[in-house]
Amino acid sequence: MAEAATHNENQYLTFTLDRESFALDITSVREVLELVNITRVPRTPDFIRGVINLRGRAVPVVDLKREFGLGETTPTVNTCIIIVEVALDGEDTVLGALADSVQEVYEMDASQIEPPPRMGTPIKNEFIRGMGKTGEQCIIILEAGKVFTSVEMAGLGHGVVEAGPETTEA
Amino acid sequence: MMSQDDANRQAYLEEARELLSDLEASLLELEQTPDDTDLVHKIFRALHTIKGSGAMFGFDDVAAFTHDVETVFDRIRNGLLAVNSRILDLSLRACDHIRNLIESETELDSETVAAGRELLEGFRAFSGEEAAEAPAPAAAPAPVAEKRDHFRIFRIRLHPHHDILATGNNPLNLLADLAELGELFLSVHVEEVEGLADIDPEACLVWWDCTLRTKSGRGEITDVFLFVEDECELVIDLLDDGAVPDSQAVHRRLGEILVERGDLTQEDLDAALASQPRLGEILTKQGLVDQSRVDAALAVQHASKDAAHPAVEHHADKASSIRVAADKLDELVDQVGELVIVQAQIKQAVEERGDPLLRSLAEHLERLSDSLRDSTLSIRMLPIGATFAKFRRLVRDLAAELGKEIDLVTRGEETELDKTVIERLGDPLVHLLRNSIDHGIEHPDERLAAGKPERGVITLAAAHSGGEVVITVSDDGAGLDTDAIRAKAESRGLVAPGIELSAKELNHLIFLPGFSTSEKVTNISGRGVGMDVVKRAIDALRGSVEIDSERGRGSTIAVRLPLTLAIIDGLQIQVGTEYYVVPLALVEECVELSHNGNDGDSRLINMRGEIVPCLRLRDIFAIEGQAPAIEPVVVVKVEGARLGIAVDRVVGEHQTVIKSLGRLYRDVEEFSGATIRGDGAMALILDIPALARRAAEQGN
Repeated sequence: MAEAATHNENQYLTFTLDRESFALDITSVREVLELVNITRVPRTPDFIRGVINLRGRAVPVVDLKREFGLGETTPTVNTCIIIVEVALDGEDTVLGALADSVQEVYEMDASQIEPPPRMGTPIKNEFIRGMGKTGEQCIIILEAGKVFTSVEMAGLGHGVVEAGPETTEA
Repeated sequence: MMSQDDANRQAYLEEARELLSDLEASLLELEQTPDDTDLVHKIFRALHTIKGSGAMFGFDDVAAFTHDVETVFDRIRNGLLAVNSRILDLSLRACDHIRNLIESETELDSETVAAGRELLEGFRAFSGEEAAEAPAPAAAPAPVAEKRDHFRIFRIRLHPHHDILATGNNPLNLLADLAELGELFLSVHVEEVEGLADIDPEACLVWWDCTLRTKSGRGEITDVFLFVEDECELVIDLLDDGAVPDSQAVHRRLGEILVERGDLTQEDLDAALASQPRLGEILTKQGLVDQSRVDAALAVQHASKDAAHPAVEHHADKASSIRVAADKLDELVDQVGELVIVQAQIKQAVEERGDPLLRSLAEHLERLSDSLRDSTLSIRMLPIGATFAKFRRLVRDLAAELGKEIDLVTRGEETELDKTVIERLGDPLVHLLRNSIDHGIEHPDERLAAGKPERGVITLAAAHSGGEVVITVSDDGAGLDTDAIRAKAESRGLVAPGIELSAKELNHLIFLPGFSTSEKVTNISGRGVGMDVVKRAIDALRGSVEIDSERGRGSTIAVRLPLTLAIIDGLQIQVGTEYYVVPLALVEECVELSHNGNDGDSRLINMRGEIVPCLRLRDIFAIEGQAPAIEPVVVVKVEGARLGIAVDRVVGEHQTVIKSLGRLYRDVEEFSGATIRGDGAMALILDIPALARRAAEQGN
């Protein structure tokens, strides 16, 4: 990981889903874990993989790739779980998100961030806070509040969605 | 942080709430035993404290209002006024009013102000100088009304506790106050004073027997000691007064004095007293009071004697309790939960290593952590009696409103439940009681016509049974009308006509949402909103509810609840690579099922002649892989019916610390939470009633 700068604004944690680079504002990121056993909770939408034991708490883990419709995350040695804390409905909630790999903490100030283009982005615009440019790389900065709220609203409220037979995590 | 002012207000509010609920209970008791002067004193003290503390903490409206109520009770305790039902009614409503006053954060609305004024008007009728109603039979007759001119002699025993000086109270000041009321004769007792070498200068080791000749009433004497009641033993006896009821007490006291002085032997005294007819006998002979009332009064007298005697013990009880903020307790329970988990992990790791020293240490650790778990969880346990007591008022008011005569009998008040469970149980129980009162118990004339006693009885009982608490609400009323239920169910399409349903199943239909067979909706019940809300509240507490009812005889509703919310005993099971936990309290037994190629969610198994439906978790949760040839089936009992759950393997008992799954899984019904296994992985806790429901839906 790159050395963290002294203040937290303008700092973003970058990670990959497939080959695409994404970033999250570091203020919402609590920690990054290696992939651990995810306990499946049956009868929930398939982009919620299940729960993990985080120091005694049950924390749900989301597969962003499934949520964004980019396929699904297959575990590799680089797969990580990014633990975020976001306000859902006014309540601070802790969630995990699967990432194919986690890169580094970049500092990007406002001048390096552009608003998302109208089309052509791999995911819905409402999830994107902006496009960060570092060197030649284009990083999609996610709006954590929107991404995870949609997780909540996506039919989880009724738990009726049938989960198909799944492979359980190793 | 709370300012000191806020903290004081909070402290006052808490104290006032407690005082008000004690006050209400005393008033209700007084209604049953109007002659109990101890109760009157208790009520007066409570009012006095509410008034005084209220004034101190800025609750001036409370103080002003309470003052007038206190005045009336002052007259009652001095014998100028007798307790009657109007006063009690006003007093109970006054309790409500005071409660409104202290709880309202904003300016009072005009309704409340008007209600207060009306109550005060009512009280004013009793606080005048007229001698109001005729006194109750056992109260002092006319001579006492002239008490202003009449000297009375009291014997006062003041025995301060040794540490009274540490509380800032000086007995000498008390005696000085007493002396102002009249002529005081003191006799000091120095038996407890130690030798000069051993004496503790800060302890009060002397006590006094006083005789006071005064025109004042008992009330004024008690007032002198109002603030030191807990710091001393105090006995105040009226020695000389013309009234008949006290004469027995007077004689005893005179006798005591004579025996003490050696003028009379104890045997002679006892013989003399025995030859005297008892007051109760005099009264019944003269037909003034009937025997049952005398018996009831005697019971109260014995009770208050017993209560008065271990005054020291009572003091000790009060001193040994302590208020704790609820969230501190929650944190403690959390930490104990963590400890239990780590201990389970240690146990597992130690088993794997097989080191004998480690193993014995791990066993010791397990015993200690089990004991710690039990102690901590028991801290949160409170007796349900307080909740039952609140209901007395409800039953009384509601019965009066509906014109029914109902007695509320309670049993098992000392049964303890987790604090949260008690809180969440309040509303459902209220609803069940309302139903009993509204729909269950019939009007007095109907009851007489049916050959039942005029007064209906509602019994509220609580008891421990296995790992559960069972609370029953039963009435001897009309019972559930199974025909009406059936008709309603058919008209709503819930039941096809012609289908056989047992009475039990029919009765259970009332728990469905929107179900009510009453033709009229009162503002009490009948809207069909209540019973399913009750059931959901009880389900949320991981409990179950059953109804037993017989037309014409009455109904009994039994609520079963687990003893604790945080840590339960569970049975760990495995399906595929996933682990789940079944609450052990629901498990009846485990059997085995051989896999005979029968697919589908529901199967039926034959258990000793009983057909038990069976679910396969593998199918319900769509878990991959092959089921083993022989599947263990965990048989659980849910809502009175048996259900089998087929799994791959029964792992064993597991102390389950319940972890919430969080808001994301709020609406997932089949799981009531998760727990952490010995190896750190999570296991989901099955919500058996929800599973059963789901399976039933799918099966239909």
